[in-house]
Amino acid sequence: MPTMNLIQAIRSGLEVMLERDPNVCVFGEDVGYFGGVFRATQGLQERFGPRRVFDTPLAEGGIIAAAIGMGLNGLRPVPEIQFSDYMYPAFDQITNELAKLRYRSGGEWTAPLTIRTPCGGGIRGGLFHSQSPEAYYTHTAGLVVVMPSNPYDAKGLLVSSIESDDPVIFFEPKRLYRGPFDGEVERVPPWRDQPSAEVPEGHYRVPLGKAAIVRPGAEVTVITWGTMVHVARAAIEQSQIDAELIDLRTLVPLDLETITASVQKTGHCVVVHEAPRTSGFGAEVIALLQQHCFYSLEAPIERVTGWDTPFPHAQEWQYMPSRQRIVQAVERSLAA
Amino acid sequence: MDDSSPSPLVGKPHPAACYAGMVPLRDPLPLELHVPNPPHRPGASPILAPFTEQPGDLPRPDTLAPFDALRDHATGLVRVLDDQSVASGQWNPQLTAQQLRHGLEMMLRVRHFDTRMMAMHRQGRVPFHVTSRGEEASAVAGAMAYAHRDVLFPSYRQPGLFLVRGMPLVAMMCQIIGNRFDHTLGRQMSVHYSWRAGNVVSISSPVGTQWPQAVGAAMAFAYRGERHVVGVWSGDGTAAQGDFHHALNFASVYRPPCVLHVVDNQWAISTHRSLATGGRTFALRADAYDLPGLRVDGNDFLAVYAAEQWAIERARRGGGPSLVELVTYRCDAHSTSDDTSQYRADDEPACWPGGDPIERLKRHLVGLGEWSDESHAQLNSALDHEASATFEHAEAYGSLANPSEISPISMFEDVYVKTPDHLQRQFEELQSEAADQERLPPTVPFSKPQQRAVG
Repeated sequence: MPTMNLIQAIRSGLEVMLERDPNVCVFGEDVGYFGGVFRATQGLQERFGPRRVFDTPLAEGGIIAAAIGMGLNGLRPVPEIQFSDYMYPAFDQITNELAKLRYRSGGEWTAPLTIRTPCGGGIRGGLFHSQSPEAYYTHTAGLVVVMPSNPYDAKGLLVSSIESDDPVIFFEPKRLYRGPFDGEVERVPPWRDQPSAEVPEGHYRVPLGKAAIVRPGAEVTVITWGTMVHVARAAIEQSQIDAELIDLRTLVPLDLETITASVQKTGHCVVVHEAPRTSGFGAEVIALLQQHCFYSLEAPIERVTGWDTPFPHAQEWQYMPSRQRIVQAVERSLAA
Repeated sequence: MDDSSPSPLVGKPHPAACYAGMVPLRDPLPLELHVPNPPHRPGASPILAPFTEQPGDLPRPDTLAPFDALRDHATGLVRVLDDQSVASGQWNPQLTAQQLRHGLEMMLRVRHFDTRMMAMHRQGRVPFHVTSRGEEASAVAGAMAYAHRDVLFPSYRQPGLFLVRGMPLVAMMCQIIGNRFDHTLGRQMSVHYSWRAGNVVSISSPVGTQWPQAVGAAMAFAYRGERHVVGVWSGDGTAAQGDFHHALNFASVYRPPCVLHVVDNQWAISTHRSLATGGRTFALRADAYDLPGLRVDGNDFLAVYAAEQWAIERARRGGGPSLVELVTYRCDAHSTSDDTSQYRADDEPACWPGGDPIERLKRHLVGLGEWSDESHAQLNSALDHEASATFEHAEAYGSLANPSEISPISMFEDVYVKTPDHLQRQFEELQSEAADQERLPPTVPFSKPQQRAVG
């Protein structure tokens, strides 16, 4: 089986779906001829032609609106927003239009979009190339919110998202594109050493709404998603604590069953995310866990997050949750 | 570098930046913030100049003519009916008497529908309504020019469009009431219809969002090589939105088969069109995108139909999008929640130079010998009866006084294709709350001061 990095896996997912479904089309800023600023769509226009894979004006609101129109008129569009920091001009179209179309029309009209967008920090991108805005989209009914953390899941979840008749916001942690960043700032470990980089060439699905137990454990549950999966794993290995690591993969719908089963088993929980703390998706996870696992909890649930500041440039590594902070939170939880 | 070294952050302007301030200002005008004011406020005696443009002023180019062959059409006014309601000029669409009578009947049906809904609102039997009085031609003639497979994106002020596309009057009234035959299942506010059977897309309240969506829908037709056309409508106020530019720009870049309509009815709630644009006309904006723009007398049924037919044929032949400005007047308030006496002169609607679209088409048909005052009176009375009887019919499925049961589960459906677990749990939570309420005696909060726990 070939090994792929995360960007190759995304490309392979797009390729499979472009082959299988003539209504699938891929477009966005720099997506067509050039193949995308992160090269996710490299070679796709050459192979499928400019009708199926094309460039757009620099107008995120227009891209998503046009995609909605294409979607409700029979296509299955996969628009790319170049950075999730640039999705806000399309916020009205996503939250008021796309998310509510099926509901407001009594099921008459739907638009099965998959909006791909790179997110997260760790690339020296500063305020406007580093954000993790997933919580905004989890707060709007009607959207599915996905964030894979490895190549195998990325392709399988992308295929499921494109095949889904619900609109999907598909976040791609950009620091993971070329290697599983584990908190070691200057190192880019290759994907090829990871089992999750073994990606089948053809069609397969990873189901939406199902979390993955990355590492089973008995003492404490660490729940996270995106880039932090790898940082948390490194932190757990470093601490030698028998922690169970859960990668949510899909935030909405949330796999409540998997996380409650784990926390009921361990009695301790740490939630880790890169996004700012206040009203981050961790708050929702923790609220649900205290409701469903209250009598199993032996310590307050800890959270390790980005700070409630804009994402800084020079202080990037003080902003992003580090292995050290995760280890400290796990130890606090176990000491309580 | 040690701490005593000077900070590199202290600077002064480069000499290159010093020239601009040295040039003396020649003949300055007063500089102040220009805030436009509409021509007539309450209490004023409004005067609106008659149209100077006449039928026959503008040629009708071939539908594949280059966009700039229509430059005069973007600043002029396409008219077919003159002030005596006689048709002339190249734009005369040569409709049959039967087609004209259909158009007249449809416009009158809309008028009676609006009148009935307003009356029922006053009686508390309709929660909310938006009328289109005075603008019926723009929606009815517009919609009549489209083929069934074409896809239409109206705003909330085109009820005539839904009727032409086959939405039954009773279905529109059930939607307005929000009863069990409401096509949108009680979810949308009144007049936000959806009619997939007629290829009319669901209406949302944020204005202009449907514009770039419509262009996208047209891109889907182009993608599949299908010769169908997409039409989209909004008011003049919407032309100020970013989505308006997105739509025109995507239309201009990808050239899909679509027709974009600004129904310039002069007012957006209390916002006059002079605040929607500092430009002369909306149609003129098309020029900047290399698209044809047509400014049309929106109360002239024949002119609206003709312009529509031209733009649709252009799109179907592969000539790309057009922008059509329909010049009309919003005779009623924005909605049942609005009061025009607070911001515009009472007599302004009556002096609109475009007159009344129904009167003008009626006069035209009478002039052709195809209609009479008697047949008009008969039709009026039949449609008046139709509107009131249909409303009674609609209320039989649930009225505001006797609401029909809409199952609470329906609130949780259609959020996603399949209701996910967390919504199922929330539905169960709602049900158990309802069950608790049935068990407990009803609480009357703050009914008597002495029973209040606090204060």
